[in-house]
Amino acid sequence: MSEKTEAKVVVPTARPLGEYLLSHLREYGLLFALIAIMAFFQVMTDGTLLKSVNITNLFLQNSYIIIMALGMLIVIVAGHIDLSVGSVMGFIGAFAAVLVVQWELPVVLAIPICLLLGALIGAAQGYWVAYWKIPSFIVTLAGMLVFRGLSLWLLEGQSVGPFPKEFQALSTGFIGDFLPGTAGDVLIGIVEVRRINAGALLIGLFAASVILWLELRRRFQDQSYGIGDEPLAFFIVRNIIVAGALLFVVFKLSTFRGLPNVLITMAVLTVIYAFVTERTTIGRRIYAVGGNEKAARLSGIKTERLTFLAFTNMGMLAALAGLIFAARLNTATPKAGFAVELDVIAAVFIGGASMAGGVGTIVGAVIGAFIMGVMNNGMSIMGIGIDYQQVIKGLVLLAAVIFDVYNKRKQG
Amino acid sequence: MPALLEMQRISKQFPGVKALDDVSLTVNEGEIHALVGENGAGKSTLMKVLSGIYPAGAYEGAIQFNGTTARFRDISDSESSGIIIIHQELALVPLLSIAENLFLGNEVAKHGIVNWQEMYRRTEVLLKKVGLDESPATPVGKIGVGKQQLVEIAKALSKDVRLLILDEPTAALQENESQNLLSLLLQLKAQGMTSILISHKLNEIRQVADRITVLRDGATVSTHDCSLAPISEDKIVQFMVGRNLSQRYPERDRNPGDVLMDVRNWNAWHPDFADRQILKNVNFSVRKGEIVGIAGLMGSGRTELAMSLFGKSYGRGVSGEVYLDGKQVRVDQVDRAIAAGLAYCTEDRKELGLILDESIVRNITLANLGEVSSRGVLNNAEEQEVAERYRLAMNIRTPNVFQRVLNLSGGNQQKVVLSKWLFANPQVLILDEPTRGIDVGAKYEIYSIMNELAGEGRGVVMISSEMPELLGLCDRLYVMNEGELVGELTAEEASQERIMSMIVTD
Repeated sequence: MSEKTEAKVVVPTARPLGEYLLSHLREYGLLFALIAIMAFFQVMTDGTLLKSVNITNLFLQNSYIIIMALGMLIVIVAGHIDLSVGSVMGFIGAFAAVLVVQWELPVVLAIPICLLLGALIGAAQGYWVAYWKIPSFIVTLAGMLVFRGLSLWLLEGQSVGPFPKEFQALSTGFIGDFLPGTAGDVLIGIVEVRRINAGALLIGLFAASVILWLELRRRFQDQSYGIGDEPLAFFIVRNIIVAGALLFVVFKLSTFRGLPNVLITMAVLTVIYAFVTERTTIGRRIYAVGGNEKAARLSGIKTERLTFLAFTNMGMLAALAGLIFAARLNTATPKAGFAVELDVIAAVFIGGASMAGGVGTIVGAVIGAFIMGVMNNGMSIMGIGIDYQQVIKGLVLLAAVIFDVYNKRKQG
Repeated sequence: MPALLEMQRISKQFPGVKALDDVSLTVNEGEIHALVGENGAGKSTLMKVLSGIYPAGAYEGAIQFNGTTARFRDISDSESSGIIIIHQELALVPLLSIAENLFLGNEVAKHGIVNWQEMYRRTEVLLKKVGLDESPATPVGKIGVGKQQLVEIAKALSKDVRLLILDEPTAALQENESQNLLSLLLQLKAQGMTSILISHKLNEIRQVADRITVLRDGATVSTHDCSLAPISEDKIVQFMVGRNLSQRYPERDRNPGDVLMDVRNWNAWHPDFADRQILKNVNFSVRKGEIVGIAGLMGSGRTELAMSLFGKSYGRGVSGEVYLDGKQVRVDQVDRAIAAGLAYCTEDRKELGLILDESIVRNITLANLGEVSSRGVLNNAEEQEVAERYRLAMNIRTPNVFQRVLNLSGGNQQKVVLSKWLFANPQVLILDEPTRGIDVGAKYEIYSIMNELAGEGRGVVMISSEMPELLGLCDRLYVMNEGELVGELTAEEASQERIMSMIVTD
């Protein structure tokens, strides 16, 4: 190409607030929906929702859904679906029980073996979908049935437990306070609570500052390349909300027992998967496969291999979820994971993914999972029956998807 | 003979292009009328107007059919008047039986309950009329394309056809099946049938046609009555392509170097119909700094050639050798083909060339992500820079490079696809109908880019149905017909007549 051009720097014109909001409705909408739902339930439960113990429970109860949502997002973005995750989750939990409780294998060996098995299961399903082009709906439906049956067989219809302490720590462990006791005491004095895990607060502060720093850096970069168009007001408010919410949650957690292990696991995995999907070539290629498989293939992307990997990854995450779930209950039961795939899939769609593939984000899926989790939790506290809970969850899912399609139609 | 059909002064305008300009066509009762013209001449548009696909009101002019003014609102309107079209892509459902296909939408039924016996009986009667010896229960997918064609004609007969229109009926047929079909047409004519035959096989047309109308660039060029005097194929060719080549093409120095890409013994079969050979022993080459054209009609196999070369993306049993710079290279997968130095800018840009929901940036970098990333991590700033570079160089009209490609006009979409392949830095770039649907100014820009590529010592292969641009740009031209390369011409030797001649004459 001749040297005629150098990238021109375009100074973005200020966009009217209303117009900006409309075009980014979906992203903000999700965040506001979560806040609104939390506010709603906080009121309806007379303040129980945001109590320290409940927030801690929120994370503990929904960890496995969030972890699986990470994998499911990738499968859905690639243009497929995985109905087997609940069954695989239960199966691996059962397998772990057999390994650890019955065969007394050391936990440190059992966990990797279980994760590997999950990956193999995912690979087996992925093989048929990717290379034989059998619709994923059918393959994973078969998987769902097969592994539910295998769980039952493995456990001989019974619950198996209890697990050793090291295993339980997966779910129920907390990060101990690593700061000297005086730090905690000082804070207790200030805030008037019974106890405080100062170490947790420190981690929280650190995380919040990292997030703020990254956002600021991105804003500067965007501005210098002429693509930033988020009005300053929005930027400030959004970040205050996010950082504030983060600190609030961490504070609440720290006044109970501190940061749960699962929270760290979830947070680390979320960061990793968000990074991979948004910032790496492999992530970009997966979105391409979901967006237009033929065009992706003709652009040199190995579409079959990526689909295969998406399912393998999903299997591994389902296995992790199974381990966490079994650790939390401290037993493996034949019913573990039953119908959980529906919650996971709903979370991903609420988070903005599209059935057609190529659309959806990790952060959206996680927020979607939280929305489901808060609804579950809030409704339980309120004493709403499971029947109504299902109805409401279904309606929320439908509303989210209708909103998406409506928005898209207006845009396109 | 009275006129059964009179299409009077039909004009049809699309945004940016006048597909039909004051076209008149008269078809007499009981005659076989041939309609001839190259791609884009307006034949299909004219037939769509006639059949009601473009309803009354969507075009100017009038249609007189069977003595009355016809204002068709849709296909069922025209069909109930007795106008039946058999398209080039047969409208049969492979998994259904002959009888079911024959009476599709037209079942022998009372109150919604099908009378199978009666349907089979009627089917047998119709099959006898067209000379097809098959059981009515045979699934249509199991009989060969020649017989499928006969099923379509039987279907038309079942609907009391007054005017039968056949679009390239012998395109996919073997020699004996074609002859069979032509005899059938003559037979039907003897029984009083009127038909319009659209075909590029001039020898066949001369066998059966009573009159021939030639269309070119949306206008009627000539109507010839064969009963008065026989017309030579050369004369027909002249009518088809004789036009002024007034468009300007950018200048360039032509000094092609050594052979850059050499394709030998390239064969491929149809992916679904294992007995149809789509590419027959194709051999061609491209030199450094050369622009090579591939001319041919739609269905001649040019796109299939390119797709099968590019990672075996089309066809079954694809075989042959590809040499780049003297060394044999593997092109059996797309990424291998790209790594070897090939790039293919697809004909269908929306379905195959772009990810419509994604931004311009993400589309442009897709075939060469390695260049804008390090160790697997994308560099957003670099990506953007690349996109901006191409936006300016190709003059892609868009507020910014983050626009979804869906929102761009066709011409700009094409520029994005072209940018993608330029960014992949190929040695040989195959372009399939690169200027289709693009305005004149943008076309010139694309021609300039092609010249630049050639100037850099790369090889450019241009598949095009627009003969003027082939003649204006190419150093050498291959002519393709029915899966074979039927001719090779240098720039000096080439002319529209010679190209068309190679295609339509034996």
